[in-house]
Amino acid sequence: MNDRTVAPRPAGTGSTGAREGVPAPRPDSEAPIPPTTEAEKKTVVRPGDRIFAGLATGSGIFIVVLIAAIGIFLLLQAIPSLALDQVNFLTSREWSTGDVSNMRYGILDLLLVTVVSSAFALIIAMPIALGIALFLTQYAPRRLARPFAYVIDLLAAVPSIIFGLWGLLVLGPVLTPIGEWLTSTLGWIPLFAEGNVSIELGGTIFTAGIVLAVMILPIITAVSREVFDRTPVTHVEGAIALGATKWEVVRTTVLPFGKAGYVSASMLGLGRALGETIALTIILSGTGAAFAWSLFDGGATFASKIALAAPEFNDPRTAGAYIAAGLVLFVLTFGVNAIARSIVAGHKEYE
Amino acid sequence: MTTDTADLNRLATPPTFQSVSGARKLKNGIATALVYGAFLIAIVPLVWVLYVVVQRGFPVVLDADWWQKSLSGLLSRQQGGGVYHAIYGTLVQGLVCGLISVPLGLFVGVYLVEYGGRSKLSRATTFMVDILTGVPSIVAALFVYTLWITYFGFGRSGFAVSLALVLLMVPVIVRTTEEMLKIVPDELREASYALGIPKWKTIVKVVIPTALSGIVTGIMLALARVMGETAPVLVLAAYAPYINYNLFEGPMASLPLLMTSERNNPTQAGFERIWGAAITLVIIITLFNLLATVISRWLAPKTK
Repeated sequence: MNDRTVAPRPAGTGSTGAREGVPAPRPDSEAPIPPTTEAEKKTVVRPGDRIFAGLATGSGIFIVVLIAAIGIFLLLQAIPSLALDQVNFLTSREWSTGDVSNMRYGILDLLLVTVVSSAFALIIAMPIALGIALFLTQYAPRRLARPFAYVIDLLAAVPSIIFGLWGLLVLGPVLTPIGEWLTSTLGWIPLFAEGNVSIELGGTIFTAGIVLAVMILPIITAVSREVFDRTPVTHVEGAIALGATKWEVVRTTVLPFGKAGYVSASMLGLGRALGETIALTIILSGTGAAFAWSLFDGGATFASKIALAAPEFNDPRTAGAYIAAGLVLFVLTFGVNAIARSIVAGHKEYE
Repeated sequence: MTTDTADLNRLATPPTFQSVSGARKLKNGIATALVYGAFLIAIVPLVWVLYVVVQRGFPVVLDADWWQKSLSGLLSRQQGGGVYHAIYGTLVQGLVCGLISVPLGLFVGVYLVEYGGRSKLSRATTFMVDILTGVPSIVAALFVYTLWITYFGFGRSGFAVSLALVLLMVPVIVRTTEEMLKIVPDELREASYALGIPKWKTIVKVVIPTALSGIVTGIMLALARVMGETAPVLVLAAYAPYINYNLFEGPMASLPLLMTSERNNPTQAGFERIWGAAITLVIIITLFNLLATVISRWLAPKTK
């Protein structure tokens, strides 16, 4: 694929890579076609080529510079506010930024609520997404696999604000009896203990996690499906020839082959869940109480905290506090996505 | 004699194809049921959400006023009025975002596939695009807030929203372009070079047209996606219940923003506006998805 930069071209090729802005073609293992003497004399570089290469390379440079600049600006904005912080930014549970002479804010609660709700969503979504991906690649009738896959992708097309409204107003009340049952029977486990917000209103991490799970299903399914689809046919046929049942074929060929891709897909889903904003802003009930490791707590995630306060950003120092929180969220999602990418990068057979 | 016949009838080796044992059959059955069940479980929320949106929103959007009027001058409890101001905002913010993102994303994609090779810049660009892909929409909004509003001193406006949407849309377009250009066979490029066509013309006239169907589909889907984004409008635009044609100044409504601001309105009118706006948003997104399918059919390389 990458050989095309050195594909033989009639003119301009003879010049010793003098085209501006174009990096030299990588050393090629294939024997290069020796340029004819005539081509060596003619060093035609068309202006069109130069402009187009410049535009393409320029766009690449622009993206790199833009994002680096944004990162620097964000840091510059956040650092003065962090200096004004009266409590420890990482370990405090307080959040009051209204009075700029006495700003006290820390991210511990935000971090815990973000991670717990996303992890809960992931635990629900992972097995279901695995089932769907297997269904679409192995079980569904060939003719119906595509339309079915399209239906799952539709889930990703629904705007998250609609999921949020549905979660709070429709799903929340349905989940209330389940929540009450869990707190009354399993309440001795901290995870299912009575939370710091009302279960009846539905604004709990429990509701939020289930909605998040629905929202990340399509991305996990889509990526896993692609990997499962690439299971070598010979493996599958070999298993069938040995008399394996359908499930044994899946267990012995598809799953081992696609495992890394599936884990990577789940990490991508986790990254999406961590950064989800508006659905959680709508669903989670605010609370002054600290997060106590219960699924029936309320609270705020990084994203929902920022979204709730954003319309009132007026003082750069206040905004800086939220930007600092946003940076932590960014580092978190970036880390998760990087893990996802590195898992796939180690598997050349997925290419 | 009788023993001989018995010997003849006995198989020398056990049969190759033995029947599947009960335990294996059971496991297979359970697995099949679980896999089908997972798919059905995923269908439930989709159908449920769409049903709720249609059931609550459909009666509202049947009124012609909904598409032709704004909410200007209406009290929060007054029913009636329409959302054309918000539809205008959503469409214009999305389209302006597209106008910026499409050329940028396209060129970056072309650079990565046709020019970059494995150079340092190419790897840096891929890395940055990877970063952008994972950026949560609220963080993209904060990016633009810092740059556009704090440093450059512009006010909140529709254009700031478009800029934030650009950050979300560019990586999608770059990825799609990359994928699509990669599957264009090298033979096409080589044939063009052999005819003495310069590289840029080869890209513009041969490579991109071959990949165009896929690229345009990706663009339309990305557009549909960013139009439903709420976080950027929440941070970067103020809501106005009246029409504002000026993208660069003043508060500007959009459908998601209208929905969040009407959430503070507990009356029946507020309820109708929220779900009416929800179904309007779904309709717009569906139209863009359909358009994507139609365009991709229309532009697909004719194989004959």
